[in-house]
Amino acid sequence: MLEQYLNLFVKSIFIENMVFAYFLGMCSYLAISKTLKNGVGMGFAVIFVLTITVPLNYLIFEYLLSDGALAWIGPEYAELDLSFLSLIMFIAVIASMVQLVEMIVEKFSPALYGSLGIFLPLIAVNCAILGGSLFMQIKDFSGVSEAAVYGFGSGVGWFLAIVGIAAIREKIAYSNIPAPLRGLGITFIITGLMAIGFMSFMGIKL
Amino acid sequence: MDNKNTKKPSFLFIGRSDEPILSKKNRKLLTDPLDDNNPITVQVLGICSALAITVQLKPAVVMTMSVIFVMACSNVIISVLRNLIPNRIRIIVFLVVISSLVALVDQFLKAYAYDVSKELSIFIGLIVTNCIVMGRLEAFALGNGVWKSFLDGIGNAIGYGIILIIVAFFRELFGAGTLWGIQVIPDFIYEEYGYVNNGFMLLSPMALITVGLIIWIQRSRNRTLIEEN
Repeated sequence: MLEQYLNLFVKSIFIENMVFAYFLGMCSYLAISKTLKNGVGMGFAVIFVLTITVPLNYLIFEYLLSDGALAWIGPEYAELDLSFLSLIMFIAVIASMVQLVEMIVEKFSPALYGSLGIFLPLIAVNCAILGGSLFMQIKDFSGVSEAAVYGFGSGVGWFLAIVGIAAIREKIAYSNIPAPLRGLGITFIITGLMAIGFMSFMGIKL
Repeated sequence: MDNKNTKKPSFLFIGRSDEPILSKKNRKLLTDPLDDNNPITVQVLGICSALAITVQLKPAVVMTMSVIFVMACSNVIISVLRNLIPNRIRIIVFLVVISSLVALVDQFLKAYAYDVSKELSIFIGLIVTNCIVMGRLEAFALGNGVWKSFLDGIGNAIGYGIILIIVAFFRELFGAGTLWGIQVIPDFIYEEYGYVNNGFMLLSPMALITVGLIIWIQRSRNRTLIEEN
């Protein structure tokens, strides 16, 4: 049992890395990776929100939206299939959760709010978050704990990616790059090279 | 006849009723995002989907059409409602409008183009969080008239689509030797000259590197876009 979770965890960090394998959350990844400090802040915020929203959306999908999910209310609801609503539900849950998390963090941990605060609103439109929920819907997890592990693992994978690129970008500021390639261009190419590195994890199985 | 009466009292042109439909300014709205202000290579919006679905030409074209539809409609809707939306909840209003439009596209593709919709999997859904839609709503539609917003939406969506199609063209051509699923590199080149498809082009890292190269070419042509560092 534990082995299965560990396998899923490692897989979601390295093999199915959100950034390098699916290009999710690229916009914030490119925009916020100029300094390492901001990269770390954004990375933690993504881990936080993914760990909460993926299991929550799993429960909503499993008990409200999927085919025949409403059977627990009564037999007359057993044939309803509301899965076409999943997109709107997921985004509503994510947007409201982000708002809620922001308020809770602000109230109970002002220090954490100070470092995460500005990144939290950005997360509502980070495709890595919605992507996590949509992949969860496709992957057909067997329980809520599996969905939570998947959410956490994807978050950690995203964190690794943004910390890596932020560190490289800080160093690369001192290098002599052809002028038209400076900034965005070289960042894309480095991300491509990092993705090649991450591909070497393919096929690892615990 | 009094000159004022000849103006069209049209709903679309509130405040600027004397401006022609395709004035120079409006045309600029349409053509600017194609190159100088391209959403992907200059504004850095909507990268995620641009990279993931460019293995083949066909899904890239379908994605482009979906984004054109969603952007044009959402820009028009938000622009009509722009004076009614309270500033504090505008993000949620945007999300509701965009996600209803995307759900429409999703269901349409499932009904009429099931293969493509399977191939695009979650990336149609991810148009909701595609920053290009959100970004243009926030930056343009919220402060401009309906017709202008419509042009801005179409222009940006096409600018996005152009990059998508260029990347997909090269990846499919070099990676699989096909275009739109049809073989274009003739058999004898494989047999007599020992040409081999570069399967690496089909993998995800090459999408990033291709976009990087496109940015390089565009910026060396247009020096004003070069970043300080």
